[in-house]
Amino acid sequence: MGASFPVLQPVSEPIPENPASRGAARARWLWPLALALFVLFWQFGEGFAKWAFSYPRALEIPAARWIGRAAKWLVDEASFGLFTFTDLTRFLADIIDVPYRVALGLLSSGLLSGQGSSAVQHLPPLSWLAVLAIVALIGHHAGGARLAALVTACFGFLVIFGQWTSAMVTLASIVVAVPIGVLAGLLLGLAAWRWPFFERMLVPVLDLMQTIPVFAYLVPVLVFFGFGPTAAIVATLIYALPPMARVTILAMRSVPAEIRDLGNMVGCSRRQMTWKVMVPSAKDSLMVGVNQVIMLSLNMVIIASMIGAGGLGFDVLAALRRLDIGAGLEAGLAIVALAVALDRLSQAYAEKAGRPAAGIAAGGGFVSRHPYLVAALTIVVATFLAGLAMPALQSFPERWQVSTGTFWSEVVRWINVNFFDALEAIRNVILLNILVPLKRLLGDLPWAGVVALLALAGYRLGGLRLAALVGVLSFLIAATGQWEKAMITVYLCGISVVFACLIGVPLGILAAERERLWRWLQLVIDTLQTLPSFVYLMPVVMLFRVGDFTAMIAVVAYAVVPAIRYTVLGLQRVDPRVVEAGRAMGCTSGQILAKIKLKLALPEILLGLNQTIMFALSMLVITALVGTRDLGQEVYIALTKADTGRGIVAGLSIAFIAIIADRLISAGANRIRERMS
Amino acid sequence: MFQPIRLPGLFAATLCLSAAFTIAPAAAQESTDPIKLTLHDWTGQLITTEIMGEVLKKAGYSVEYVQADYLAQFAGLETGDLHVAMEMWETTGRDAMDAATATGKVENFGETGMQAKEEWWYPAYMKEKCPGLPNWEALKSEACAEAFSIPETAPKGRYLGGPVTWGGFDDERVEALDLPFEVIHAGTDAALFAELESAYQRQAPILLWIYAPHWAPAKYQGEWVEFPPYSKECYEDPAAGVNPDAAYDCGKPFGPIWKVGWSGVKDKWPGAYAAIKAFNVNNDEMGAMITKVDLDGKKVSEVVAEWMAANEARWSGWIKK
Repeated sequence: MGASFPVLQPVSEPIPENPASRGAARARWLWPLALALFVLFWQFGEGFAKWAFSYPRALEIPAARWIGRAAKWLVDEASFGLFTFTDLTRFLADIIDVPYRVALGLLSSGLLSGQGSSAVQHLPPLSWLAVLAIVALIGHHAGGARLAALVTACFGFLVIFGQWTSAMVTLASIVVAVPIGVLAGLLLGLAAWRWPFFERMLVPVLDLMQTIPVFAYLVPVLVFFGFGPTAAIVATLIYALPPMARVTILAMRSVPAEIRDLGNMVGCSRRQMTWKVMVPSAKDSLMVGVNQVIMLSLNMVIIASMIGAGGLGFDVLAALRRLDIGAGLEAGLAIVALAVALDRLSQAYAEKAGRPAAGIAAGGGFVSRHPYLVAALTIVVATFLAGLAMPALQSFPERWQVSTGTFWSEVVRWINVNFFDALEAIRNVILLNILVPLKRLLGDLPWAGVVALLALAGYRLGGLRLAALVGVLSFLIAATGQWEKAMITVYLCGISVVFACLIGVPLGILAAERERLWRWLQLVIDTLQTLPSFVYLMPVVMLFRVGDFTAMIAVVAYAVVPAIRYTVLGLQRVDPRVVEAGRAMGCTSGQILAKIKLKLALPEILLGLNQTIMFALSMLVITALVGTRDLGQEVYIALTKADTGRGIVAGLSIAFIAIIADRLISAGANRIRERMS
Repeated sequence: MFQPIRLPGLFAATLCLSAAFTIAPAAAQESTDPIKLTLHDWTGQLITTEIMGEVLKKAGYSVEYVQADYLAQFAGLETGDLHVAMEMWETTGRDAMDAATATGKVENFGETGMQAKEEWWYPAYMKEKCPGLPNWEALKSEACAEAFSIPETAPKGRYLGGPVTWGGFDDERVEALDLPFEVIHAGTDAALFAELESAYQRQAPILLWIYAPHWAPAKYQGEWVEFPPYSKECYEDPAAGVNPDAAYDCGKPFGPIWKVGWSGVKDKWPGAYAAIKAFNVNNDEMGAMITKVDLDGKKVSEVVAEWMAANEARWSGWIKK
């Protein structure tokens, strides 16, 4: 991304549209009328308009075939003259491979020469003691003694529970993926901030990157980037990079105009302006993006292990394959430990970036200027020598390791034997009375009617443009022959989102005012977000059998996280003066909650709902593993058949559902915000 | 081959002290590049692959294990990023394997000597509730179907089939043999055995798809349902078999487990190619080894080392020039 592109337009904020505030009177009869028409059509329309109920096969768009053919062309023929497209991607893979080998060498394999099993190790990797001491140092640098203790405890967990070797392999790919993701996201975000036309192109692409399930593009990634850790890193990047780009765009916009003016006044060149003025002053918000990249990269660990990344993800899969719940949980918790350590570190650095830097002693020798660096080097050398003298310090001896052994399997067994009947009864009530009827209902609806209703909702909430977008996207789902599976998807996600909100919003309300509870709850939701769902999915299958109910539990467990988080966020942001005023007027605490706090927090809660839907949709691929029949399953089947076209079409349908939900809810939230102000 | 690894400058000084060239030992005239064998997530495959890897190492080859998904690996085998996959089951991998070999970039290296068996299976305690088993005709009775039912499927019985991706034609089989059963597809192999474990703990009814070699038949007492034996005609020709109007009116095929790999292996490592083709173990050996790992808690590498020590004459025959 050079600076050679001409700037077509001056940087300008997009003008927010405000089309829906007119015609409030019309609104009153519009919806009842539309719904009545819809029901009439649904009940009696099948006789004269069969095409509206099941999309005619002859008119289907053969998108799967087109995409499959395009992918084949890219692999076999696409060429830039001197080199082919595959050469280019392979070249990129080789570039990514270099830092990965270095990280792996340091953390896991040691310095090797030669390849494969004939490789000779010249130097051992950093010992567990060294890594532990270095993370403690980093923790201390970022956030003082408390943080140092926390990250040491996290890494200590890895050592003691015998997860070290795998964890270091995983860490190696994370420390490579995260900087690349951050840098690429930053550059894309900067470009989008500078050139509005680029932003217009970028934003839809980012939407797709975040919402298309990873399984859908795994096959093309494997073909282009080769099989192994590099391909896994590329797949991780596609998934984890978008938040960084988005945060960058937002952060650049929110840099105060005074700072920009100052930059202009002192005569900064464009490059200086970007790197010396804008980026540093937005550092605070940019770190939020870094944090997101780290978390999302860790979410990918399981899937990455399916295409050769190895590490903890592989351990989780292999343990659950032999139904060793304890071993699966330990490996899963090791991922959580890594996530917690990296998350807290990056947050501490974010906070530190916000504070003015403490005066660094300008004088003094190298040692006093770089105390941490010197300490780290000393540790590396000292532990290396100590490791030579005492092998236990190099690699943690097996007899010191602990394990929960069969404890967790026994717990599940105990629940299973004693409570299965009760659980089965609950399952049957919910399944037979709620899930099955809803699934039938959604399956019956005429697609044409649903498309029309969605477009109408789009029009009411955001005007003609939104109506067109929503209408076209939902039509495309039908036109590519995905309607039936899409409806199962909507049913499964919809019901899960309802349950997630029913659990998450009250919990959020409770926790918003109780500091201690909120701290514990944060621990729980952090774990839920990073513990691979595969770990708890198998016990859930044991208790609730395979099928939609189990899938729903998995989705709810994951999607409840944003519902809680945004509710708390929204309530905590309510201006205390407004609450005080309410109390002075004699409101009861119930009235304060319902009439003031929840009302004011509604935009955040809606944003939480939006995120809950996104989280639910992103779990679809996992639920395919317990036997659902939705778009997630379609993507999974396409993966196992290496059918690029089929996978991407199904993946796009999921993305479309996500985009429709996102746009409608955001438009709704905007309207509420407008009305309030 | 020495791969230069660039390290941050500060480490470089320490590393230089001991960085020395070493030439990897390898068989004459063959490539010294590592042969990449794929590892999947089930124990039997890990054992098979590691035995092959150890044997190749004894012959002087460099070997690298790469973790890969069972079906996604074909993308890598076709491009030559991966070289050998030691277990491709006739029963679950045939389609993917055929598609890959049709490209000419993947080659079938022959049978491993193991036979994949898969069929409907039930725990031994279910015999009391459905006395006619293992004969498939017992399943036709209403009482039996009831015994295997759950509320959503009642009065029909519930049969837990493999993931949709495994194929297996169970829906067609139920139709053709007129069995009062509903086929539910588990999403993954792990989910399949989670349900079995759960039911077995409670001694609850279950009828599901099991395959061997696997630890499950060793851990749980039970039997395979005996369907009319599989024949090619039965699957293809409606007229053949018990039901004159439908295909699939018989049991599942039992088939070999194949070795497959990149077709470039033959030219790049001719000796290794011969060794891989010669590799051969049987179901009983493999079953015993899987049990040692999954049920007795031994490590794969220990079990493989035991096998290598006990079968030296056999594997040295594979790598004879």
